[in-house]
Amino acid sequence: MLSKGLLMQRNLRISMFLIALITISAALSAADEGRLKIATTSSLYDTGLLETIVDQFAEENSATVQIPSHGGTGIAIAAGQKGDVDLLIVHDKAREVKFIEEEDGLERRCFAYNYFYIVGPEDDPAGVTGLNASQAFKSIMEKGLSNPDQVKFITRGDLSGTHSKEQSLWKAAGYNYSAVNTSGPWYVDAGSPMGATLIMANEKSAYTLTDMSTFMAYKGNLTLVPLIEGGDELLNVYSAIAINPEKHPGVNCQLANQFIDYLVSPECQEIIGTYGQEQYGKPLFFKGEGNCEVMGCSAEECVVPTQAGCAQA
Amino acid sequence: MAFLEIRDLGKSYGQAQILKDINLGVEKGEILGLIGPTGSGKSTLLRLIDLLEEPSRGTIILEGRAVSGRPEKERIAARRRMAMVFQKPVMFKSNVLDNVTFGLMVRREGQAEQRKEKARAALQAVGLSGYESRDANTLSGGEMQRIALARAIVLEPELLLLDEPTANLDPRSASAIDSLLQSLAGGRTAVILATHNMMQCRKLADRVAVLVEGRITALGRSEDILGQEKRSGTSGWKVPGSDLPW
Amino acid sequence: MEEIWNGILRAVELIVTLNPEVMEITARSLFISFTAVFLAAIIDIPLGGLIELRKFRGKRALVDLIQTLYGLPTVTVGLLVFLLLSRSGPFGSLELLYTPTGMVIGQMILISPILIGLTISALRGVSPHIRDTAISLGADESQVIRTIIKEARFAVIAAVLIGFGRALSEVGVAMMIGGNIRDYTRVLTTSIALQTSMGNLETSMALGIILIGISMILNLSLSRFQGR
Repeated sequence: MLSKGLLMQRNLRISMFLIALITISAALSAADEGRLKIATTSSLYDTGLLETIVDQFAEENSATVQIPSHGGTGIAIAAGQKGDVDLLIVHDKAREVKFIEEEDGLERRCFAYNYFYIVGPEDDPAGVTGLNASQAFKSIMEKGLSNPDQVKFITRGDLSGTHSKEQSLWKAAGYNYSAVNTSGPWYVDAGSPMGATLIMANEKSAYTLTDMSTFMAYKGNLTLVPLIEGGDELLNVYSAIAINPEKHPGVNCQLANQFIDYLVSPECQEIIGTYGQEQYGKPLFFKGEGNCEVMGCSAEECVVPTQAGCAQA
Repeated sequence: MAFLEIRDLGKSYGQAQILKDINLGVEKGEILGLIGPTGSGKSTLLRLIDLLEEPSRGTIILEGRAVSGRPEKERIAARRRMAMVFQKPVMFKSNVLDNVTFGLMVRREGQAEQRKEKARAALQAVGLSGYESRDANTLSGGEMQRIALARAIVLEPELLLLDEPTANLDPRSASAIDSLLQSLAGGRTAVILATHNMMQCRKLADRVAVLVEGRITALGRSEDILGQEKRSGTSGWKVPGSDLPW
Repeated sequence: MEEIWNGILRAVELIVTLNPEVMEITARSLFISFTAVFLAAIIDIPLGGLIELRKFRGKRALVDLIQTLYGLPTVTVGLLVFLLLSRSGPFGSLELLYTPTGMVIGQMILISPILIGLTISALRGVSPHIRDTAISLGADESQVIRTIIKEARFAVIAAVLIGFGRALSEVGVAMMIGGNIRDYTRVLTTSIALQTSMGNLETSMALGIILIGISMILNLSLSRFQGR
């Protein structure tokens, strides 16, 4: 049996361990009050822009900001619908509008934009250079149907913001998407995130639709080139939406609104407008400020501070 | 030269010298008894002869050609002319028939049916007819020992090495096996029989080698070494150690 | 919690209605992993036998290395194989990237340490006297190896089942080498990843339950073999 001395030592160690445990959990739960959880899409997250903004915001406001969800748009919206996060930053207008209509979110704020690219092999077998986006898609499909070995298109196939944009382009080109989807071996459904899709397109010398920022990040490893780089059809608008505390009690609405207000502030807009200049030679994003018409966002939702309060039910 | 000739054989494991200066010969049709106290090196000697291990010194010569210290292919060929029954035999995880035909299969001898026939004959010889489909690992120690013997004799080896082949058997079975071994005398097989059992040795062996602490202390006709005694079917218990020649 | 229950219901629904897409994906998962395990076993079991039964320098280090590789992260193996099969890699001309064959190769590499290592463990469980007996009865090296593998057959089969389970439930190799291409290289694990990223949590859960169900059946077979 343990001697009295050893017994006391052991009890002392156990007590210290318990105290540490209690202190840590207290600290952790205290952190919840000043904690903001954001769900966003991989295409935005992977550029590192959000983290830069988050670091600034966290410092200036002594808050803890985390981005636990940065997969596809679908999972981000799902996280918002379950109230697992406090703020959504995504780039799919149709779904954003629905989100707010269903009272999961408070209001939409456009704050930045860039463009999608249609990228493909340098020799451009489908001859899309100089066309606009929907014309390019038409050409790719026609040439792909007749010559699938030469012309292929890779889709993300994951209902992401990028995939949604792609579907609307097929529609604009005059096709029914489900027809495109099953029309032949030229159209490859990769069911993958953007980076993996780019790699596959690279390996197969195929065309694909990509957001500008992911492409810039992967460019060094790819032989694909951007063939169509701008135009309204390829517009990519990012918006922020705070989760509605009435429908999802417990979300940190105050901090979410504060963050959105920061996003639209001149200081942050400047950060957004110059991000990536050094590393890639040109910025990866355009600031929303002053570009409301380009983005197709109404005045109430374009780069202005939040209006809706955080009334709880 | 004898069929099996052992010259100046020695075996050491590190510092420990198990066998030293072993010189022996065995002829076809002869039964050589190998007796000695526990730990004298009998099993080691048999293992060396069976080429399971290499000697530290000396040579083993089979029918005039050296078989120890040779490349693996030659050793395998030599081993296939011998068969050994270990002191505590192990059975393969299969039925008795598979166990007994193992050696035949490994030598790719004959067709499956022929092998089975030979195996059945061998089982009959050791008194275990009908055991073919039994699970070999469910048998008693004595039965396993007899299977191991069947496994060896089915191969009709030119050299048969036996390490205490009847140690686990009841007197009647042991006696039957003794008769079986006796029938090998004068035939094509050279037999080395390592045993504790003085009576068995007297009964079966033509010549005897006495192994004490790794050396041969006596070698000669069994009558001379073990003393005169009638060789036929003497039953009755003999307490081992009462007239040991060492 | 709701998702889990709804997921179970959805899984039952998908199975009972023999949903064609799910059936296809499941069949493909089983086919690819089974092929990988079968081919790997043909190479790895005898290889394990050779390693265990021969004496050579550095044997201990080799066995240690093999056992360390059991827990190799699947994405790491995926990356390695990708670099080998990519157009810009040494085997690019074979055009195996983004094909089921490529996935089979990747999974073979993934599970080989397990198959080799567990075969070695299985053989170590066989009594050394078996080896002596086989040798003294005239077996040559390959016959001895085969005999000992046969003696350890239940443990070896268990190793194969474990390898199969690992291949079936891994996602790193399937994703990186297969690319999750619909109707071609999409399997259960990559589908689960896709459905999750789309926010279809119930479908994702359902696929997961199907995968768990298959693993359960595998493990039940495993206990039968280990019980012997």
